[in-house]
Amino acid sequence: MQMSSRMKNLLTPVIAVLLGVLVGTIIMIVSGYDAIAAYTALWNGAFGDVYFVGEVVRQVTPYILAGLAVAFAFKTGLFNIGVEGQMLVGWVAAVWVGVSFDLPRIIHLPLAVLAAGVAGALWAFIPGYLKARFRVHEVIVTIMLNHTALYVTNEIIRSVLSDGKERTDMIAESASLRSPFFEVLTDYSRMHWGITIAIICAIIMWFILEKTTTGFELRAVGFNEHASQYAGMNVKRNIILSMVISGVFAGLAGAMEGLGTFGYAAVKGGFTGVGFDGIAVALLGGNTAIGVILAAILFGGLKVGALNMPLEAGVPNELVDIIIALIIIFVASSYIIRWFIDRISKKGVK
Amino acid sequence: MKKRKFGLTMSLILAAGTILGACGGGDTEEAEKEGTTGEKTEQEFSVAMVTDVGGIDDKSFNQSAWKGIKEFGEANNLAEGDGYTYLQSQSDADYTTNLNSLARKNYNLIFGVGFMMEESINEIAGQQKDYNFSIIDGAVDQPNVASILFKEQEASFLAGIAAGLTTESNKVGFIGGVTGAVIERFEAGFIAGVEAVNPDAEVEVQYAEAFDKAEMGQSIASKMYSSGVDVIFHAAGGTGNGLFKEARDLKQKNPDRNVWAIGVDSDQAAEGVVEIDGEEQNIIITSALKRVDVAVKDISEKAKAGEFPGGETSVYTLADDGVGLAPINDAVPAKADIEAKVAEFTEKIKNGDLEIPGTLDELKTFSLE
Repeated sequence: MQMSSRMKNLLTPVIAVLLGVLVGTIIMIVSGYDAIAAYTALWNGAFGDVYFVGEVVRQVTPYILAGLAVAFAFKTGLFNIGVEGQMLVGWVAAVWVGVSFDLPRIIHLPLAVLAAGVAGALWAFIPGYLKARFRVHEVIVTIMLNHTALYVTNEIIRSVLSDGKERTDMIAESASLRSPFFEVLTDYSRMHWGITIAIICAIIMWFILEKTTTGFELRAVGFNEHASQYAGMNVKRNIILSMVISGVFAGLAGAMEGLGTFGYAAVKGGFTGVGFDGIAVALLGGNTAIGVILAAILFGGLKVGALNMPLEAGVPNELVDIIIALIIIFVASSYIIRWFIDRISKKGVK
Repeated sequence: MKKRKFGLTMSLILAAGTILGACGGGDTEEAEKEGTTGEKTEQEFSVAMVTDVGGIDDKSFNQSAWKGIKEFGEANNLAEGDGYTYLQSQSDADYTTNLNSLARKNYNLIFGVGFMMEESINEIAGQQKDYNFSIIDGAVDQPNVASILFKEQEASFLAGIAAGLTTESNKVGFIGGVTGAVIERFEAGFIAGVEAVNPDAEVEVQYAEAFDKAEMGQSIASKMYSSGVDVIFHAAGGTGNGLFKEARDLKQKNPDRNVWAIGVDSDQAAEGVVEIDGEEQNIIITSALKRVDVAVKDISEKAKAGEFPGGETSVYTLADDGVGLAPINDAVPAKADIEAKVAEFTEKIKNGDLEIPGTLDELKTFSLE
């Protein structure tokens, strides 16, 4: 029985993805597009060339960290929608350190990454504290703080980090995550060392949650706050801690963009969407470390591959957004899928 | 029981395999097809563009660039999707990937639309030295990049004349997109234009800090109109659509009210049509034209003729029709006045007798003499 519940956990997202692709195919056929050409273009655009593989890894890196941020908070029963904002402050903090100092790489790079983590943590501390102290719902606070982060970082870029310009200077070479090694390997894609940081963070998240007392407490609070309190755990402390760690992951996702993908910070007219995609990644990944990595690879591949669809197949790349949305709907309605699996397995018993 | 369940999973996997297998089958055919088209593009001159997040139907900047590419393609009998094409970016992170994809598909000339692409173009032009790139609204110093800039201040100066002569309350509004050098040129030129013909008028300036938020544009416009402003000019891309909506709504509610708006980039007159008692009225006075299409076509033609202005910055001005003013709405009472003044100043600007301020600092020292 243990085995079958695990199997179900695994099967649900897989079926959700297949259903999403299937319905996406139907939509394409109904709208008069060549579905086979579209999927071929999608595949070629994601894995057809080392360059595109490098770009997928580049996209997957912040997705993993954003997914971990959402998943970590979720394990403690908190819904951190503020990953986007925490990411933006992390991005600017990392670039700030990147442009203002000239240090040896061994100090500069960790310092810039650390600054991003701390900035994300501080930004996430606000909703954590408000939730713990005054029971203000974290969803509302984090959504509002996203906008605050967007405009505060824009103002910092304009007035502090540059002379009224739209973007900062490039970060110093010693703070960059990019490497000539990956550039040669992947034919000038923007893949960078951040992927190792993302994977290390996934391992850290698994370790904290599954192997430490703190992790046990965090999960216990997620399962039942009142029971945890009764058992003598400090619920308030755990809520704040969970948000702060979640914010660290989100801030690091910003560092990936600031120190790796872009190498600078620019004024933004709107959100990057990475933080919001992180919610989908965590949902599809079942809020587990390994699940988040797999889901991030799927979404990263879809996003990068989609850019090739209009070029090779004449299919608008928004279709991939539809497919991603469908996958999320099917994951969210996993209850139906589970019920379906149950029914079939019961028939099997007869 | 376990066996049966195993059978179910197997059949699911098989089913998935068949679906994916079908896709795989198409793979080789498609690859062959590409091969042939790839050869074709090598022989002919081909041109492509990467949009920013606005997309080619933004009624503004990207749309204008795409119009230029389409006209160039049609004039040279190129096929869409082969001889000319575009790729849309969904986030800032997509610029580099899109530019690179087009170079990999052997497009000879690739346009990046918007200053946000400066760094991406700079990076890729260094890597893909066999291809030519062009950046609109930005400057990139590479031998294979042609930079395109506009003297937006000249167009918005003329728009300012129209606003200054139309306003009755002597209060005029300006809605900017995101603070930056380009929109600052619009702002400085507009204020100078209003002052040139109507020194008593005040210009109220507000930035939406977004190019794609119509609701923000509408709320800013609503505040401005209710504070007594009667003419508003926007340089805010899609955000400006909110201004038009607010102006149309106000006109609908009270047809006698003096409510006007001025469009930007392309002639936006179609956005201002209101139907009142079966009669069509238009709340748009005119539009400050920034002919991205002219610039894109010009650079494409030069590149095709082998005279690609790589490493240079081309500035498009009123004198070469790179910027200008759309026809004035017939319903504007001061139409004749506006046209006379616009003609007068156009002459002065073209002759070089009058230098329009391009920054707010220059505006401080600006005088008509």
